[in-house]
Amino acid sequence: MSRCKNCTNKLSFEKLEKVIEKYKDKEGALMPIMHEAQEIFGYLPIEVQNYIAEALKIPITDVYGVATFYSQFSLKPKGKYNISVCMGTACYVKGAQKILDRLKEELNVEVGETTEDGKFTITATRCLGACGLAPVIMVNDDVYGRLVEDDIPGIIKKY
Amino acid sequence: MDMVTITIDGKEVKVPSNYTVLEAARSVNIDIPTLCYLKGINEIGACRMCLVEVKGARSLQAACVYPVSDGLEVVTNSPAVREARKVNLELILSNHDRKCLTCVRNGNCELQKLAEQLNVQEIRFDGENIKRNIDNASPSIVRDANKCILCRRCVSVCHDVQGVGVISATERGFDTIIEPVFNKSLDEVPCVKCGQCIMACPVGALREKDDIDKVWDAINDPELHVVVQTAPAIRVSLGEEFGLPMGTRVTGKMVSALRKLGFDKVFDTDFAADLTIMEEGTELLDRLKNGGKLPLITSCSPGWIKYCEHFHPDMLENLSTCKSPHEMLGALVKSYYAEKEGIDPSKIVVVSIMPCTAKKFEAQRPELSATGYPDVDIVLTTRELARMIKEAGIDFNTLEDEDFDDTLGISTGAGVIFGATGGVMEAALRTVAELATGKELKNIEYKNVRGIDGVKETQVEMGDMKINAAVAHGLGNAKKLLDKVKSGEKEYHFIEIMGCPGGCVTGGGQPILSAKELMDIDPKVERAKAIYSEDESLTFRKSHENPQIKALYEEFLKEPNSHKAHQLLHTHYKKRIKYC
Repeated sequence: MSRCKNCTNKLSFEKLEKVIEKYKDKEGALMPIMHEAQEIFGYLPIEVQNYIAEALKIPITDVYGVATFYSQFSLKPKGKYNISVCMGTACYVKGAQKILDRLKEELNVEVGETTEDGKFTITATRCLGACGLAPVIMVNDDVYGRLVEDDIPGIIKKY
Repeated sequence: MDMVTITIDGKEVKVPSNYTVLEAARSVNIDIPTLCYLKGINEIGACRMCLVEVKGARSLQAACVYPVSDGLEVVTNSPAVREARKVNLELILSNHDRKCLTCVRNGNCELQKLAEQLNVQEIRFDGENIKRNIDNASPSIVRDANKCILCRRCVSVCHDVQGVGVISATERGFDTIIEPVFNKSLDEVPCVKCGQCIMACPVGALREKDDIDKVWDAINDPELHVVVQTAPAIRVSLGEEFGLPMGTRVTGKMVSALRKLGFDKVFDTDFAADLTIMEEGTELLDRLKNGGKLPLITSCSPGWIKYCEHFHPDMLENLSTCKSPHEMLGALVKSYYAEKEGIDPSKIVVVSIMPCTAKKFEAQRPELSATGYPDVDIVLTTRELARMIKEAGIDFNTLEDEDFDDTLGISTGAGVIFGATGGVMEAALRTVAELATGKELKNIEYKNVRGIDGVKETQVEMGDMKINAAVAHGLGNAKKLLDKVKSGEKEYHFIEIMGCPGGCVTGGGQPILSAKELMDIDPKVERAKAIYSEDESLTFRKSHENPQIKALYEEFLKEPNSHKAHQLLHTHYKKRIKYC
């Protein structure tokens, strides 16, 4: 299969090809392939979605429809550290909005965006399942709970 | 088919067991409103307009997808049904832009009709009205998501009928929108511009790019000589826009209306269809004799051509190099006709009235400008012509019949049948068979290639040659046929492909029928009947017998596929990428 000329990341596409090979003939192959593709590339740019569509012989609109339906999939590159702010009910009533606002202010980006240096991305998520620690944020796999706004600068500094 | 007995509104009805409740009700003239339903194309029960009570069911059911079964009891008109339908319609209307007065579908909109039918007098809900940009970058199709009701009829046509699949539902909730991927315009994706999405749209969310003002400007400019030509399929459909029954032939009235609009000359694309047969027929015989690339595939349909360039670039050499008929005529108007009449070709504007939105894109192809000027300057659809006629205050139905102008206006029955699927093939066979054998054909009607089966085949003996021919219409059918050719399962010498199901009579620029009308009548069949009766009514029915075609070759082109013919009437194709 031909890769588009803009796709220079040969190694990643070789990994993607193996993933597609693994799921190709199984029912419901699209979602697991998209999950693993996002792990490989960090996000799902048009080149990757086109590659998956061609390999599965489906229109790219089918891939894109799924990618935009689920908030888990991202069309834009994410920063090195993804900061997920829990907006679930418990966190929300405990002031998650204030935490989020402070994060936006400190990093100078909106939700879903990545800082210019490519370091941080802010994501607003549904319940993370740690309601006892509300309000909660996660920086990649690290969990921070029972936060107040002023904890934010210190957390950012650690990364 | 097994029959079952069901009860609808207290009335016993016997219907085939594969019917839905909607079809069963329709068969006894009980009208159940629909919106997302499009027979055979989009049957998904999404809009909830067709809700009915089914005895024993937990909740109201969508009639368009509910299968009948023996003893089923259905109520289509109860307070619960009426209230549910109305609330659902109000919810759909809650985030619709409701700019009916300035909408191209004003008076021909299924949503507007439903609001009237369900007696909606107020809309109790305020939806999240997200303002969407209008996508008008394509020369053929305009997409206005502010009017979209997310019925997905266009998506089904684009994916399942045409196999193109460039639009789909993206995002979720109020953000849901039918669009191409990555916020691209329809012009940046492999849309083939066939316009079948427009034909499927119940509202004004998809429409043709309106070029009427360009035509008025040209007509109003005294410096310009404005020539118009009409495709075969216009004469059997234009009348519908003025309330005439489907299948009414209005050739004479159409010509009369065009003169009244102010065009300087009214020519017939059918003449160029005859010319196409001369050029393409000669090309076929040449490829057969000299081992050229086979099967030869017709090139009249610009939707098919663009599809081939995007999706089957390995077949480009199989395409006939003939330009589509209206482009041929345009090139002749700016050369042969201009010389003959002593008119500067830079002052000539060629307007084509086409049943097609893809022709608007085609006319802009830079390679289609044989004289240094575009062969065709402006393309209007049947619908746009009807709007011009209305705008000019012409009472179409009382017009006297008039004839096309001479020079490029005489045509044969072979030219007319280009408008229906199988027509180009039949016209070509009428001429090729006589050219190959030198004998006059006894029977000129090739009925095997007529009709609306997706793929049709025939074998024709011409002297010691046997020609295997196939016809496909609709790009989904074209793909099926091409796959068989590529795999070697089938071998043909000559293939006709039309981008739209039914061919040009049901092209993307034709009068739009509602889903309800399409339950009872098939325009592919009815308009084709009118095409074949026009063919039977004409003196000449074979392209090579057209006296003006003979004169054109004698005076100007010399012979088919001559150097001059190649310069003016033939073209080339290029591979196009899909996304990246």
